[in-house]
Amino acid sequence: MTALSYANEYLTDLLQSVKTVAMVGASAKTNRPSYFVMKYLQGKGYRVIPVNPGLAGGEILGEKVYSSLSDIPHTFEMVDIFRNSEAAGVITDEAIALREEKGIKVIWMQLTVRNDEACVRAEDAGLDVIMDRCPKIEYGRLFGELSWGGINSGIISSKRLKR
Amino acid sequence: MSKHTIKNYGIETRAIHAGSRPDSETGARNTPIYQTTSYVFDDADHAADLFNLQTFGFIYSRLTNPTVAVLEERIANLENGRAAVCCASGHSAQFLAFFSLMEPGDRFLASRNLYGGSITQFGTSFKRLGWHVDFVDATDLEAVKQAITPDHKAFFIEPLANPGGVVLDTQALADLAHENNMPLVVDNTLATPMLFQPFDHGADIITHSTTKFLAGHGTSMGGAIVEKGTFDWATAGKYPTLCEPDPAYHGMRFFETFGDFGFSMKTRCVGLRDFGPAMSPTNAFNTITGIETLHLRMERHVQNALKVANFLENHPKVSWVSYAGLPSSPYYELAQKYMPKGAGSVFTFGVKGGYEAGVKLVESVNLISHLANIGDTRSLIIHPASTTHRQLTEDQQIAAGAGPDVLRLSIGLETADDIIRDLDEALS
Repeated sequence: MTALSYANEYLTDLLQSVKTVAMVGASAKTNRPSYFVMKYLQGKGYRVIPVNPGLAGGEILGEKVYSSLSDIPHTFEMVDIFRNSEAAGVITDEAIALREEKGIKVIWMQLTVRNDEACVRAEDAGLDVIMDRCPKIEYGRLFGELSWGGINSGIISSKRLKR
Repeated sequence: MSKHTIKNYGIETRAIHAGSRPDSETGARNTPIYQTTSYVFDDADHAADLFNLQTFGFIYSRLTNPTVAVLEERIANLENGRAAVCCASGHSAQFLAFFSLMEPGDRFLASRNLYGGSITQFGTSFKRLGWHVDFVDATDLEAVKQAITPDHKAFFIEPLANPGGVVLDTQALADLAHENNMPLVVDNTLATPMLFQPFDHGADIITHSTTKFLAGHGTSMGGAIVEKGTFDWATAGKYPTLCEPDPAYHGMRFFETFGDFGFSMKTRCVGLRDFGPAMSPTNAFNTITGIETLHLRMERHVQNALKVANFLENHPKVSWVSYAGLPSSPYYELAQKYMPKGAGSVFTFGVKGGYEAGVKLVESVNLISHLANIGDTRSLIIHPASTTHRQLTEDQQIAAGAGPDVLRLSIGLETADDIIRDLDEALS
């Protein structure tokens, strides 16, 4: 598999254009990555809607949990997938089918999740697709917070950082 | 700008800019020295998220500090790594790197051509923690094949070795490490990323004494651990500290949670937190400033070293010179392959007359400083057998390239002819 690369400017524009995220595979356990990614994104002003059939009807971090993307009764621009690469294909197809009804613009597959065939289908349907990345880590990287932990952001700039 | 196009910058640009955008609040162009121990929390929930490693931010300067963080990112960037952790010294960097890999009773493999302090640290002090080292002649690939086993947790080498002028076949050694499911850990202190890029040749982790060429002016102690981010700790199946739930963090698994910087997070949030060898913000600032001229300094260090080595090779009172930049060196070809910009500026030579002649020389120089450091703007000399390597047996000294007649030079940035004249006068 070829390595994935995404331009900083592209990711920055994408993260700034999104307001609401449906998080598939959200967990209510506070030590699970999906839980603290959701909490982090909420702290940055995103609305995050948890999707998890096993927890449907309950609440995570103040938001009602839905069993599927189609059950969410309002629009959301991004689908963040915390499932394995195979399941990500099915979820991507569901998102493609719902893209006009729900206003979906972006499919985001989490770290280690990658489905190149689903990516092609989604891009052919006009969606932006990011794979094998975490929106929390990318937000932190692009807006300076990841660097606080000594992590290489790869960013060179003489401009003052504006969050 | 297309979706997948990444802008690349040259290493000189990155030496000056990586990690140090202008301050977001004040616009300060240079990196401020954040001389503070601690940082206020927004509220109790924010504090909890920080302590649980669930958000980014500062708690206490033993763990992270904004000035030190700039240095960490700068070094990670220059090494083309994913992340770096800085600490108080090169020795603490090695300690922390191994603490993230080893359990009591574990073994690791190390080249026998290492800085003498590393040999003592590994062979004597680590042993008291139950971390056992097997030393091997890493210039001999057959010897490494015989010595390496899947039970080893790491293979540690110094590709441009201090003090012996030895250059190792890093890629071949990395292949042997990977065949045995362990990372290759490389001490890149003597070459610096300006002369040698270990991650391009199979290394997985790099350690530095930043005290040396990175800081570069003999002012500031420091160390760094850099992670490439591609080693699969889970598949290797022998790194429970990285892959199993950590009781100190509510059962968090570091590799699963942080992926390609999981090793660095473990090293910082457990090793650095619990043993405490933090780098001071002022030392980080001095080192950041040093790195901004690293490319220029290394170029001149190498030029001067080659001139001095050529002079010594033709001196009647010198029996041999071990500098991988000289065509006479058995390591010349490897140096040309792995570090074509130069084989550093630290090398050894032998004086006729053995131990006594060596002691007399270090006491006779006038410009060159007799002291136990390397990588300064000043030229430095030491007689390892009577100083840095004196804790070793004579056999160990010879194996490490630090026998009784050996002198080590770290050639600085003075006028090359002045360095040569000083040695010439001291030798006669």
